[in-house]
Order: sequence, then C-alpha cells, then structure tokens
Amino acid sequence: MTVNPRFYPLLATIAIFVLAYTVCWIQFPAMLSTRVVGNLLTDNAYLGIVAVGMTVVILSGGIDLSVGSVIAFSGVFIAVVLRETSLHPLAVFVLLLAVTTAFGALMGLIIHSLAMPAFIVTLAGMFLARGAAYMLTIDSVPISDPFYDFIKSSYYLMPGKGRLTVIAGVMLLTVLVGALVAHRTRFGASMFALGGGEQTARLMGVRIGRLTVLIYAFSGFMAGLSGIVFSIYTGSGYPLATVGTELTAIAAVVIGGTILTGGAGYVVGTLFGVLTMGLIQTYIVFDGTLSSWWTKIVIGLLLLLFIVLQKGLLRISSAGQSVRHA
Amino acid sequence: MPLTIRSLSKSFPGAKALDCVDFDLRAGEVHALLGENGAGKSTLIKCLTGAYRRDSGEIMLNGEAISPSSTSEAQALGIGTVYQEVNLLPNLTVAQNLTFGREPRRFGFIDGTAQRAEARRMLSGYGLDIDVGRDLGAYSVAIQQIVAIARAVELSGKVLILDEPTASLDADETRMLFDVVRSLREKGLGIVFVSHFLDQVFELTDRLTVLRNGRKIVTEETARLDRVRLIEHMLGRELSMTEDAARRKTDPNVATRPEVVRFENFGRSGVVEPFDLTVHRGEVIGLAGLLGSGRTETAELMFGVRTAASGEARDETGRIAHANPREAIASGFGFAPEDRKTDGIIAELSIRENIILAMQARRGWAKPIPRAEQDRLAADYIEKLDIRTSGPEKPIGQLSGGNQQKVVLARWLAMNPRFLILDEPTRGIDVGAHAEILNLIRQLTDEGMSLLVISSELDELIAVSNRIVVVRDRRHVAELTGDDIATGPIVRAIAAEAAAQAEKVA
Amino acid sequence: MFRSLSRIAPQLITLGAIVLLVTAFFPDFILIGYERERLVGPIIDVLKRGAPVALLAIGMTLVIATRGIDLSVGTVMAISGAIGAWAISSGLGLAPTLALAIGAGLLCGLWNGCLVAVIGIQPIVATLILMTSGRGIAQLITEGRILTFSDPSFAFFGSGTLFGMPFPAVLWVLLALVVTLLMRRTALGILVEAIGVNRSASALAGVNARVLLIAVYMAAGLCAAFAGIVATADIRGADANNTGLWLELDAILAVVIGGNSLLGGRFSIAASVIGAMIIQTIDTGILLAGFPSEYNLVIKAGLVLIILVVQSPNLAQSWRFVKDESRRRRERSYEARKELRS
Repeated sequence: MTVNPRFYPLLATIAIFVLAYTVCWIQFPAMLSTRVVGNLLTDNAYLGIVAVGMTVVILSGGIDLSVGSVIAFSGVFIAVVLRETSLHPLAVFVLLLAVTTAFGALMGLIIHSLAMPAFIVTLAGMFLARGAAYMLTIDSVPISDPFYDFIKSSYYLMPGKGRLTVIAGVMLLTVLVGALVAHRTRFGASMFALGGGEQTARLMGVRIGRLTVLIYAFSGFMAGLSGIVFSIYTGSGYPLATVGTELTAIAAVVIGGTILTGGAGYVVGTLFGVLTMGLIQTYIVFDGTLSSWWTKIVIGLLLLLFIVLQKGLLRISSAGQSVRHA
Repeated sequence: MPLTIRSLSKSFPGAKALDCVDFDLRAGEVHALLGENGAGKSTLIKCLTGAYRRDSGEIMLNGEAISPSSTSEAQALGIGTVYQEVNLLPNLTVAQNLTFGREPRRFGFIDGTAQRAEARRMLSGYGLDIDVGRDLGAYSVAIQQIVAIARAVELSGKVLILDEPTASLDADETRMLFDVVRSLREKGLGIVFVSHFLDQVFELTDRLTVLRNGRKIVTEETARLDRVRLIEHMLGRELSMTEDAARRKTDPNVATRPEVVRFENFGRSGVVEPFDLTVHRGEVIGLAGLLGSGRTETAELMFGVRTAASGEARDETGRIAHANPREAIASGFGFAPEDRKTDGIIAELSIRENIILAMQARRGWAKPIPRAEQDRLAADYIEKLDIRTSGPEKPIGQLSGGNQQKVVLARWLAMNPRFLILDEPTRGIDVGAHAEILNLIRQLTDEGMSLLVISSELDELIAVSNRIVVVRDRRHVAELTGDDIATGPIVRAIAAEAAAQAEKVA
Repeated sequence: MFRSLSRIAPQLITLGAIVLLVTAFFPDFILIGYERERLVGPIIDVLKRGAPVALLAIGMTLVIATRGIDLSVGTVMAISGAIGAWAISSGLGLAPTLALAIGAGLLCGLWNGCLVAVIGIQPIVATLILMTSGRGIAQLITEGRILTFSDPSFAFFGSGTLFGMPFPAVLWVLLALVVTLLMRRTALGILVEAIGVNRSASALAGVNARVLLIAVYMAAGLCAAFAGIVATADIRGADANNTGLWLELDAILAVVIGGNSLLGGRFSIAASVIGAMIIQTIDTGILLAGFPSEYNLVIKAGLVLIILVVQSPNLAQSWRFVKDESRRRRERSYEARKELRS
C-alpha cells in the first residue's frame, strides 16, 4: 500500500523523533524507560497544550504571540485569587478560562474587523497580558491548596515505574481533542480552508469573521489551560514566567510538520514536535557536559531543515501546476 | 429558458463595463461567451454570480427575477461557477473539497468513510477514478477542474458557468473536460462557456454571444458562423468596409533602413515557438493575435522576463544581452507591460518618481538624478504627454488609467530606448487618451525609435504599424506588409488553420 | 523640508504630549543640568536608554519598507555583544573588536537576506530561525557566563560622553542622520520604497530587487550590531541570555508608531526613532511619575492599540461606508415620501 503524500511531513516528524530517541538510547540505554517518557510528558505538558492552540492558529494562516504572557497571567491570576478568596480551585479555573477565552476572541475580533496583521494585534495582546500579570503582583506567589497537593500527588504508575501525571494526561487529552476538532469537525475544515486561501474560503461559504474570532478564542482557551497546568507544575504564579514560550510553541508546531503559512499540518505532529524538543533537553541533561545552549542551536537547525523541506515539497507539488506559467 | 438577462448595465468609476446587455441561456445547451479582454465578459459573470451588484437591468432564473448578493447565494439559487484559477482548496483532500460545508457527520464528528463515499458518488458520473483521500493539489489542473465542476453541479444544478476552463489544459485533458460538459448538457443543464480558443468554441458550443466594449454584438447559432465572421465580430471590423482612413503612410523604404535588432531562431518551446524577426530603425511592428496566442509571451521573451531556450538577439555590433530586464534595459530595450496595476505602476510613489524609476535603476543607486533634473523631466513629460494631474508629486495610483499609462510611457521615453515594446498600450483608456497615445507612437517613430506594439484592436494596429506579425497557437504564423496591412488579411491569418501552418513549415 | 516636517508631525505631537503628561506627574522631568562637563537629567537619560531600540528601529524601518520584517535583531545584538566582549577581553584591541562585532552583525544580515531574497522564504519565518538559534550561538561564545571586561575604550561606547552627551545618544542620532542622508541623498530610498510597494513592477523597470533586499537585511544586522555593542559596553559585560531580549518587538513597535506601514513602501527613519523615544519616554516616565513599573506594559499595550486602530485602513473605509449608507438611506426615505405624496 502506498502512503498518501499528505502524510509525508507528519511521517518526517515522527521519523526524526524516533531517530533522535534511538540515538539517545544507544548512547544512554537508561533513556529507554517509562520513567523518562513520563518525565518527558510531564515536563512539557504546558508546552504541548499551548502548542495545540498555536497549531490551530497557524493552520488557519495566523499567529498568536500572546500565549506566553497569557500563561504567566493565568498562573498569577490563580495564585492571587486563591490567596485572596476562598473559592475552590476548580471555580477559579472556570473563571480564568472564561477570561483567557474572551481575551483571545477579542484579539480575533480586532484582527478581522480592523483588517490588521495578527502579528501586531497579538503582539499588543502579549504586552497587555504580561502587563495585567504585573498589575496583579510582581512577586512569585506560592500556591498552597489541598486540591493542588492532591493533583500533584496523583498519577498512574506505568509498567517500569514511570509516572503518568495528571497534567501529562491532560496534555495527551488536549492533543486528542485538538486533533478531533482540527481534523474531524466542520470548524476544523473551515480553518484549513482559511489557511489555504481567504478568498477561496469565502467563495466556498466560510464565514471568515466568525471563524477568526473562534480560532483566537480557542488559542486563548488553550493558553489558559496551559497556564493552569503550568501553575500545577510549578506550584506558584510568577509574572515573569514563560517569557518566550510563544516562540517555543511556534517552533514546536513547525518541527511538527505544520506549514507556517497555514493550510497544512497535523495536531499530532505538534505533539511530536514538542517531544523532540523535550528530548534534546533530556539528552543534554543525561550527557551532563553539554550546555543548554545547544538546545537552541539544534532547534534552530531543525526549524531550518523543516522550512527548507516544506519549501521543497511545495515546489514539487506546484511543479505540475506551473505549466501554465512556464 | 433557465436564464434570461435583460438590458444589464454596470459602470465603474470612469468606465461603463456593461451597457444594456441581453443574454439568454437554454436548458441543455452550451453557450459560448466571447470577447477580448475588457469586453465585459468577466463583469457579466460577476453580476450573475453575485460578486458585483448590477446598476440596472434584470436577471431571470426559470422565470423568477433574482438578484444574488454573494457567490454562495447564487449557488443556492442554482448558478454554479468554475473559474480558470480553480476555486477550490489545493491543501484539502478531494473528498473534503467536494463535501465542504455539507460533510456527513456522526456523533457531531465528520465521518471520514461516509465523506469519501459521498465524494466517490459525486464523481461517479464523470469517469474519474482517483483517490479522493489525496490532496486536490496533487492532481492535474484538468482533474481539479472536473472536481470543481462536480461540486458546482451538485450544489447548483441549473446553470453552470465555466470561465476559461481550458486555459491551462493540454489537448487530451481538454477532450476529457469536453466529454464531461457534453454529458452535463445531455442532463439538461444550461452551460455558459467562456473561452478564447475559437477551435474549442466551434467544437463544443451550440450558440455563442460576442461582447465588445461592454455591448452585446451578436448572439448566433455557432454552426451558422464561420471563423472569419466571428473574429470580425470580436475585433470589431467589417471586412467589406475598406480602407482605413487613419492608416499610416508607410515609408516603402523602411525595410532598407538600418537594423536595430534582429532576433534569430528566438523562442522557448511551450511559450513561443522559435521565430526570426528583424526590427528596423523607426519601424513599428504590430503583433496581432487573439488572447492567449503568445503575444505577451513574445514580448516577455524579448525583454528577458522569461528566458529564451533558443536563439539570440543581435545588432550590427554583435550579440545583445537581454537575459533579464536589467540587461535588456542596458541594451536599450523598454517594455510597458499589459497589466499596468501589477507590473507597471508603483501606486504609492509620485508621478515624478515613477517617471525616473527606470532611469534611476539604470544609473545605479549611488548616482541619484539631481532633484532639479527630476522635476524638469517630470514637468517635461507631464506637458509633452498631456498627463492630467494637479502636480508631479501626486501618487500615480490616484490617476486615471490613461494618465497612468502615459506615466509608464514617460518612464521609458526618458530612457530613450532604441526598441520599445508596448503591450496593449490603450487597454482600459478613454477615447481621448487613446488617440493621444496613437499619435505619440507615430511621433516617436518619426524620431527614429523602433516599436513593437501588441494590441487586440486591429484598427489600432493598422493605424500605426509598418509591418504586422500574426501570432496563433504560440507561433508566429504570418508577416504582413504594405497593402496586406488591413483587416481582411489579418483576420484571415488569425483564422487560418492548417494552411498557415503548412506555409510556415515550407 | 516642510514636507518632511509634516510627515513626522504626528509622532512629534505624541512625543510632546507624553512628555507633558510625565512632567505633570513629575515636574523635574524636563530639567537638564550640567555637571562635570556633561548634561544630566531625565531627558538625557531617555536619550541614552532608548539608544538600543532607536538603533534597531533604523534598520527595521528599512526592512519593513520592503514589506519584510526582521525578528532576529535582538538575538543579533546578543551575538555581536558576545563577540565584542570576547574579543576585547582576549586582548584583541579596540579596532579588531569593533570589526569583529560589526562583521558578525553583517553576516547575520546576509544570512537572513539570502533566505528571504534567494530562497524565497517569508521574512517572518526566515528570521525566526536566527531568532531561535542565535541566542544559543551567543551563549556558545560566552560559554553561558556573563563575559565581563574592563577595557575602558570599549566601555566608552556604552557609558562615555561626547560633546557633553552620552555616547549612545550621539551614536543613534548620528546613525539615523547618516542612514537618512544615505537614503535620501542617493537613490537608495526610492528604490527601497519601489520594491516594497510593487516588487514585480520595480524589477521590470530594471531595479535589482534581490541585491537591494539582501542589503536591507544586512543594514538591519549592522544596526543590531551597533545596538549590541552599546548594550554590552554599557554593562561592561556580555549577557547572552538577556542582551536585546524582546527588543525586536520594541523596534517593530517603534517603526509602526512612526507611522510606517507594515505593508511596505514609504518610510521615515526620523519618525521611527521618534517612535523609539516615545516608547522610552513612556518607560522612564511611568517610573519617574511614581507609578509602579508594573503599569508600564499595560499602558504600552493600550497606547499601541490606540495608535493601531487610528492607523487601520478598515476604519477609514467603514467611516466612508457609514457616511454613504446614511446618505443613501436619506435619499431613499426622501424618494419614498415623494412617492407617498404623489
């Protein structure tokens, strides 16, 4: 059976991950354990969640620079509200998700109604969210709540003593939901259509304005969820946290095989993008002599590799059509 | 009568695109809509599909007056359209494209299996055996066209508009498409077929309507027209009407003047077949042919916009370098392209800056043209070409089409090229500016410049040319001089089929 | 002269308004003193602290004029700073140090320019690569430490005084002047604007778009190198992690506040550096006026939104639409009344 060329970028992503893991394993046999896998998932849970939102935005041809700030805002919001009130954390979560979703929707509305580049609008959103976090507090606020302790201490013990934590589970669930939404709903189909070309999408009956608002609202929701997970992971809220996470998320999406100009890609690919980046870090930790800056350089090289690869794939697939221009 | 249009009019600022046009379409017929660029075909289609609001007139579908305000509304009413640039999404699968907006769902999620089955059902009548799970973009344009037709028919089902569907198809693909169109005709659809390939019009269509300058010229059974009559309708000249008063007094000795440039065996297969052409000093060569015949491509090859695969250009001193526009300009060539908006003007920049652009690029960035000199040039050309503007600092984007064209001409005249190519210099220009540009062409050649003029208006070519080259099917098929520069011979050369080709071979 | 003044008038007015506002809260803001042969005062401080963003904004203006964007300039600052600090602390001398730091910036610009102009990658994607990996390269040079040095000649670039003014302030003013003159006294300015507005028409008129694009990204790299030298010299050390962090966003903002369209075309370097000063005045002003610095970002975001909304092309269009509609409605109701009467 031949493989549908649609899947080439996804397969390339998975192949690179498997290859990287194999290299790691050959060098450090200890890395092939559920313990390492469990940690990989837990450490990158917040990144995976926010990257799912970013995937959706990028698939539709947009970009959302605000997510890193929104995560920091979320952590601070939860910590401060828990400190100041006696609300149950779950109620705070609902409140927070409503805020971040509305925030995303508002950005989408501005992008569409004022026809402004998403880049600039979400850049302003990035300042706004970070600023709002500062206004709540400028210190790191610890979260001490029995519910938090409970979540932190619950996990599923995988064979081999690896721990699948709650937040890792949430991340995997998010990827699943994101994949279903992107690939199995009309909303998802419209989103791909928008990424393929706004004009054509409109001709095919997509309501661009509504869709744009929904997409950025989705990204805002995911950033909020990621903020919750991050606050559980660190047990605190800090307004200076997760600076630059938006770029890490974008990098993960691109390494995951999604085209940065929109219209083609996979949510599952993004998971592997995140894991590949996590793996590089784990390798460096295992090695002990390498320095963390190699992570950035390797990620940059992977980015270049994927962008050039996609450029090449695009050129090949458009070769058939370019006859009319030649 | 599924579709009837009565006295439809549509104006744009400064131009009347459609002037009281009547059109009707029967069920079970293929009706060709013909006309050169700017004749009003696309405006008519856009009024039908709701992309434009008409100014006046009425559109009746099955006896009911309709007035669609968007493409999806037109689609819901029963009018489907397939454009030349396929209006589907290449990044989605064939199945996703076909079922877009109506995907079969189960438990709220799209059911992929049912979706593919539905897509296969929709394609079943079209003789296509393709994997509907693959990206649409992975298939040839022909298949994409058929998929687009299948979607349009499924959604609309009464009237199908095909806008230049064969422009990028080869012969086999065209045949495949025609089979599809014929089978739809059998099923009783009314099909509007827009094309500039006359062979295809004669092969496929039952009736045809010709538009010119926003007016309906004729509606006729295709079988009752011959090619020559049809081209006359399209290009606007009666053969019987003899001599062109405005015809230029040709200098009989023009061919003995010194050569400016000679193209030898020059061309690129698939673009324009290799040709020979010698240009003399002060000569105007007209390039005649229908849209898509290779007129513009000839100009682009000469100016280095496309690279020639064979042949070269020479003058008395040897080979002329023109591998890209910069080299061509350095060799004394100039080119005013057909699409002013995308290839000619720099909309935000001023008239002055647009005029000096080519000269400045030639001098290099380090040697700016002194401001006084720029002002003088701008003032000069504004006066000489009678550019209507409040001043030289006005952004060119704010001028009318005719004045924009004059600025683009001024850009090249300032370079004083030896060989200037004008692609449709009078397209979209009002009558006054039109005459002025023709006068200008005469004046330039009197001063010794050589020109290649491309135009779909024969009158215009006849009025200015010393020699006319006829292009057909991406081939230079005839060269007319002297008394042959008249509508009759040109139209016959454009219309001739095998005869001319045989001649060429011999 | 008058024309160029009217071009930067909105930015000057905004700057003036913000200075007034800050002065209202902190009256000493506009005081300038003269101590030990140098000017001192909050405004002088703004001119000095705003130097890195102003320097970046100069190059960014040119890139944006070609319809591009350069996300990597903050990272390039870190690279140049790291190379400068490494060179001076290994005893290479001032001239070779500067040459190496500036050369690194130019090289980074060449890399970006080639990705954009030769391979044809979208500018935002192309420069993202260097933005991500460049910081790793800078850390490679400093080996992850803050690389300090004590050479006074190099430190002069950050904290020296020239003509009574802090050297960084003199540098950005001079560079802005030089680049403006280079653009306006040669034909570069108009050629850059031409490819930004319509690349294909410019190419047909004989403009060498590819070489110009590469040159523009190299100019951005050069400006980033200067900014990196200033930032590194100021703290007498290269901090690969934090030098220039997020300054590319401030630089883009400065250019946008300067009224330059992200869609390319007409540009004004003067307006961009004033934009940079607006940003710095807000930053410094909020601090001095006694607001907690945490308000800084929210105020900045609010300001950006206001400026963007005012600049939005859609807004102008919808105003026209509203006007037309109401006129049409009036006409229609007039017709209807006429019909009723008859």
